[in-house]
Amino acid sequence: MKVFGLVAVFVVGLLLLSATQDFPSWGNPRSAASDGEVSSFYIEKTEAVTKVPNMVTAVLADFRGYDTMFETVVIFIAGIGIIAVLRNFEGSDSSIDYDNDDNGAGLLARFTCSLILPFIQIFALYVVAHGHHSPGGGFQGGVMLGASYILLALAFGLSKAKRIFSERRTMIFAVVGIFIYVGWGVLCLLLGGEFLNYSVLDSILPGDAMMARSYSMLVVEIGVAFTVTAIMFSMYSNLSTRGRLSKGL
Amino acid sequence: MDPIIANFIEENIVPKFNYWIYVILMMIGLYAMITKNNLIKKLIGMAIFQTAIILFYVSIGVKEDGGIPIISHHGPDHHQETEAHSEAGSENLKHNIIDKDKYANPLPHVLMLTAIVVGVSTLGLALAISQRIHKSFGTLEEDEILNKLRPGGHD
Amino acid sequence: MTEHFPILILLVPLFGALIVVLLGRERPEQCWVTSLVSLGISSIISLFTIIVVFSDKVQTIRYRMGGWEPEANGYEVGIELRVDILAALVVFAVTFVGFVNTIYSKTRAEAEVQGKVPFFYALIQLLIVGLCGIVMTNDAFNLYVLIEITSLTSYALIAMGNRRAVLSSFNYVIMGTIGASFYLLGVGYLYIKTGTLNIDDIRMVLGNDNLWEHQSIVVAFIFIMLGVWTKMAFFPLHGWLPNAYAYAPSMTGTFMAPLMTKVMVYVMIRVMLWLFGYEFVYSGQHVWKELIIWMSVLAIVAGSLLALARTDIKKMLTYLIVAEVGYMVGGAWLGNVTGQAGAFYHILSDAAMTFCLFIAASIIVLRVGDSRVNAFDNLFRKMPLTMIGFTVGALSMIGLPPTCGFFSKWYLISGGIEAGQWEYVCALIFSSLVNAIIFFRIFERAYFGKIAGVKEDLSPSDSDANPDTGIKEVPWSMLVPLFIASGFVLLLGIMNRTLFEWIQTALEVMNT
Repeated sequence: MKVFGLVAVFVVGLLLLSATQDFPSWGNPRSAASDGEVSSFYIEKTEAVTKVPNMVTAVLADFRGYDTMFETVVIFIAGIGIIAVLRNFEGSDSSIDYDNDDNGAGLLARFTCSLILPFIQIFALYVVAHGHHSPGGGFQGGVMLGASYILLALAFGLSKAKRIFSERRTMIFAVVGIFIYVGWGVLCLLLGGEFLNYSVLDSILPGDAMMARSYSMLVVEIGVAFTVTAIMFSMYSNLSTRGRLSKGL
Repeated sequence: MDPIIANFIEENIVPKFNYWIYVILMMIGLYAMITKNNLIKKLIGMAIFQTAIILFYVSIGVKEDGGIPIISHHGPDHHQETEAHSEAGSENLKHNIIDKDKYANPLPHVLMLTAIVVGVSTLGLALAISQRIHKSFGTLEEDEILNKLRPGGHD
Repeated sequence: MTEHFPILILLVPLFGALIVVLLGRERPEQCWVTSLVSLGISSIISLFTIIVVFSDKVQTIRYRMGGWEPEANGYEVGIELRVDILAALVVFAVTFVGFVNTIYSKTRAEAEVQGKVPFFYALIQLLIVGLCGIVMTNDAFNLYVLIEITSLTSYALIAMGNRRAVLSSFNYVIMGTIGASFYLLGVGYLYIKTGTLNIDDIRMVLGNDNLWEHQSIVVAFIFIMLGVWTKMAFFPLHGWLPNAYAYAPSMTGTFMAPLMTKVMVYVMIRVMLWLFGYEFVYSGQHVWKELIIWMSVLAIVAGSLLALARTDIKKMLTYLIVAEVGYMVGGAWLGNVTGQAGAFYHILSDAAMTFCLFIAASIIVLRVGDSRVNAFDNLFRKMPLTMIGFTVGALSMIGLPPTCGFFSKWYLISGGIEAGQWEYVCALIFSSLVNAIIFFRIFERAYFGKIAGVKEDLSPSDSDANPDTGIKEVPWSMLVPLFIASGFVLLLGIMNRTLFEWIQTALEVMNT
């Protein structure tokens, strides 16, 4: 098996390397990918047609918003998939029996965490909201927000974190996130445009069709952040307790 | 050094080192996925494999003089542009022309954001599955698991 | 309204999945109703889509997400859905099998995935969203995302089974990730050379810039093919499939066995004809055409022989799937329209007959409590209705008229003769003979088996089977799907001429 694996790996590697002979060299601004019509359109026209200076956000949430919707669905699938595979519902049907000995880390760690947690969360919200103008967006902010709850669970014990963010609430958050995203697309359908065609929303949003695109990107990023936050915490709590949700690490 | 080899290195490796690095990383990951006996080691290989692909895509989007793909020719960020370009920058602002060589290609970044999310989800689900395997077989070594599944094997 | 059909097909099950998760574990009955309704609506919409694209006026629906017209000098900047008659047929097959399978899941879900019913229904609906999206999308990267959606849902669905299912799910994770990553690498290689991700635009750029001889495009093609083959379990890469489908919860197996591999075959045909184009794939300068036909011959022979060697009924069926994948790959690679159309028609007919056989096998394993072939002893007397359904599926698998299996094999063989690939024709006939041996072995037992009826060695785990009072038929919620499936096996056979002509016309456009 080892020899076979080695041979297979080298064949794959050599095949991939043999193709690099007609690839552009590193950083070449005239390569087909970087100089092509599509990429040039994104760089030159994005701000004109969407009023968003951050091209990555604009391409992510608008031009390729359909991809991003499924990306959010992927996260959601991972969350419910982990519950479907791992979660052990035995003995605790509606109320999870919180382990009272589970006090988390020591005093110093708890004190420090309680000091920095609000700042982490405010920064996470900033990253979500400011994704149009600076690096950031729903995924990044959502992961930070999820990490803040994981930190809470590490410092104060999972049971305390679960009291704030119970399993039921996690699921509702995750569903609401996708619902915001897909629902916003359906709203475009109802107003007569294609799915996720935000420009038709200018009739209900302030500003013109381009500003409608800009606002809509914020809305869908918020939806993404909801799902990512909830699923990150759900993943952590399931994986760290082998699906029992009784006691954290 | 042999001039042929030196020539090869100069023409094919130095200007295209990003592809060489990603292929080597990918081979490490693939090797671990195929041959390792421990399931967690396989998953580590999987993570390396996916990271290699992300590296490949991101390196497509690099431009030599390009910055981050966020348009910065207005507002307080204006001073970031160098002296030499500020003239051209304000000229561009007037005509609303954007020099596309100044910005990295945004599309690979978007694609990789998706691929990262997919990678995290796959890894999370795979970890959950390996926990279930550990629960029902008591081990994460592949050969021991297969031993237990054999009809004669003790279980 | 009709122009929005493609997206509605996806959105209805997506909302269904969200609602099911919200309903929660306390209301399994309502979860079932919700997914039944959502998949029913979805399959009705896809039926109308067939009618819409069949009318001469429309033919191909192009649906641009976000309303982005091709603004970059004619190149697409957004993501586009593209539905022609081929896509519409496959989408209907996916949604309709999903709908019928949900009827089948009614009693089984609560028995097999205790307490996790909503998650099961949510995952299966998201799997259907993923499969339909794969079929309709016209964007190479979007295809990757959707392939990963189907993969992740199927990992989770398989791992809901017993411990062997969990282990095979892990193998599937490893193989599936390698396959999907290879596909992603191939798309990256295409992107670096063409600068676009839209499937039609890539083909156009490849043709205009004459990139076909470039090594990187050849490597991209090889890696995309390897990725797709891994996902469809083409013979040497089939290792993950048999255990995964045989040990998964029965209602997962009945859904995934007919559809997952077939949708990937559809993706392969799309990649060959739409992404790279006829001239590149079948041109004389590459040796791969002959090689791949020989590989498909190997897959057919090996799959049939491995199936013959199994005594476990479900394992046997999974190896037959491996052989059927060989049929379709070979047919698609013959290089003529008859072969391609035959492969495509086989996608539909194989979906129907595999679905039929898997439901019948699951019912029998459930009632008899034994998955070996001797479970069939005298079954025609005990479970006549189930056995009628099983017989229809089996006859189609062997290839006897008027079932659809006969006609798809007929078209594949005529394609093989047209291309002069005699080894492929021989492999198809050999496989039919082996299937005949396999299934007549079962029929013999089922007709003339020992009357004993009572078995002492029943596995105690299955309390549903009642050995003392004899074996009864199952409830209607399991028989109705079986009859719908076997009805479709016959219907596809009767309609073969019309269907084949539709498919042929749609494929001929791409073969010039």
